[in-house]
Amino acid sequence: MRIKFIGLAGLLLLLAACSTTPPPPGPPGGPGGPGGPGGIAPGAAVPGSQQDLAQTAGDRVFFEFNQSDISSQAQQILERQASWLQHYPNVTVTIEGHCDERGTREYNLALGERRADAVKNVLVAAGIPAARIATISYGKERPIVPGSNEEAWAQNRVAITTVN
Amino acid sequence: MNKGRLVFFSVLIAWSTAFLWSGGLAQAALRIDITSGQVQPMPIAIPAFAGASGGEAQAGSNIAGVISADLASSGLFRPLDPRSFIQNVSATDSTAPQFADWRQISAQALVTGSVQTQGDGRLGVQFRLWDVDAEQQLAGFSYTTTQQNWRRIAHIIADEIYKRITGEEGYFDTRIVYVAESGPAQDRIKRLAIMDQDGANNRYLTDGRALVLTPRFSPTAQEITYLSYAGKTPRVYLLNIDTGQQEVVGDFPGMSFAPRFSPNGNRVILSRAINGASNIFVYDLRTHQATRLTNSNSIDTSPCYSPDGSQIVFNSDRGGSQQLYVMNADGGGIRRISFGSGRYGTPVWSPRGDLIAFTKIGAGSFYIGVMHPDGSGERLLTQGFLVEGPTWAPNGRVLMYFSQGPSDSRGYGGSPHLQTIDLTGYNHRVVPTPGAASDPAWSPLLR
Repeated sequence: MRIKFIGLAGLLLLLAACSTTPPPPGPPGGPGGPGGPGGIAPGAAVPGSQQDLAQTAGDRVFFEFNQSDISSQAQQILERQASWLQHYPNVTVTIEGHCDERGTREYNLALGERRADAVKNVLVAAGIPAARIATISYGKERPIVPGSNEEAWAQNRVAITTVN
Repeated sequence: MNKGRLVFFSVLIAWSTAFLWSGGLAQAALRIDITSGQVQPMPIAIPAFAGASGGEAQAGSNIAGVISADLASSGLFRPLDPRSFIQNVSATDSTAPQFADWRQISAQALVTGSVQTQGDGRLGVQFRLWDVDAEQQLAGFSYTTTQQNWRRIAHIIADEIYKRITGEEGYFDTRIVYVAESGPAQDRIKRLAIMDQDGANNRYLTDGRALVLTPRFSPTAQEITYLSYAGKTPRVYLLNIDTGQQEVVGDFPGMSFAPRFSPNGNRVILSRAINGASNIFVYDLRTHQATRLTNSNSIDTSPCYSPDGSQIVFNSDRGGSQQLYVMNADGGGIRRISFGSGRYGTPVWSPRGDLIAFTKIGAGSFYIGVMHPDGSGERLLTQGFLVEGPTWAPNGRVLMYFSQGPSDSRGYGGSPHLQTIDLTGYNHRVVPTPGAASDPAWSPLLR
């Protein structure tokens, strides 16, 4: 643990992590890429890893049906992500935008892109250089949670910040 | 049937001579009106085509079988059971039908034919279509092809029969390109596949390593355009059906998707994602120039040209919800055409120009429907948990789409399959594929 880098920002980060509710637990296995479990996992995470991001800040934000608006809860998570990214300046990320299955294929590709881009905008506004943030949409092609019910659909309306 | 028919009878080329006369008759008595809703299928007898040797007889039986299956699948014809046939036309060549034998089993139409292996090894096929009641020939054609191409001859003959009796172009000599799916929902493998419209000759065009979506045929070349995740960014590609060669369309940064060819095959219209919005561009395959058509902060996608190339229908949420819009081919004159309750997507313009088919989502269900290009006359044809992505048969009378059910918590049960439905809303059918299938696109007539 690099104590000399914590400073005031890190202290605020720790306080923020304690005071807000944790993100909803994700399922085992991330979509596509290298990501490990998206939820709270036991054990010490490698600093700067996906697991570290998920445990520290939360690696995903959720959306209302057919929407790409950033909720206030999402805003908090993304500000924590931005702090985490400040903490690890060599880390680059890809924001994956996803949709639930209750839409048509091409429109969902576009909606996933809009969600990913909305997340990127929040991170950039929080001071992360745009060059560190890529976006990709999977539309409804890579559901995180299988099943055709409201709970699964809600988990699949998501933008996941994945460590490259 | 009546004495007037004798006038036509006497000017007909006798059926024992050259087959190449095509008839071109003024209105045949034998006619199905396919616009009038549910039709009583016409009883038609299609005995095995005559062949001298064992191999030729087998080919003759196969060809008759494919013709029968095509015509039956249209819902307009009822091929009679060959075991009920009285006259044995299969054993002889060029014999005049004993019409009384066919009337006795209630056949209204009769197809006879023959098959030969020619001196150069190629296959010769001839057929005649008969009006049983009028006792006259309606059509007769002769074909030559390679031995392995016999299915195409059968489809071409089925199209000729369909055309003579309905007055409409057929759709049997066509292919379907689609996405073959396997695996659980959260880890689905997708491959491009192509097959004849009856499910025969299925083969895979990609290997499943890259996610592929929404393939569409070129109207003029043996090419497909589609979306692939092969590179870092999802982009539009062309694939040559014969060589398998793939090339990216344009060199756009960021995601490009939702591609279709223009009616003359020279351009690909598509969506580009730019700063979170999606707008419509046209890419000229010869000049490599891209032209921007829409410029909005919304999602503009799923563009589709009218068959004359003058208009484009597309999907947009610029008004606040996912709806259908039409614009001129230069991007001007944008107007909304969908106004029902619910959301609309995947618009496709009929090859006849008279209708636009679409996917509609509302009241917890999905629908396939059609409307006129001005938005009037909206009509829903079928409904399901998830039905999506209509594609038109080239005669503008049949729609194919995919349907899938809900999946369970392990990701199984929701496998999609291809289905067809007539414009009338009747004749709902499942299209046979080796496994799960989605994103079908119907080719033009192959001839």
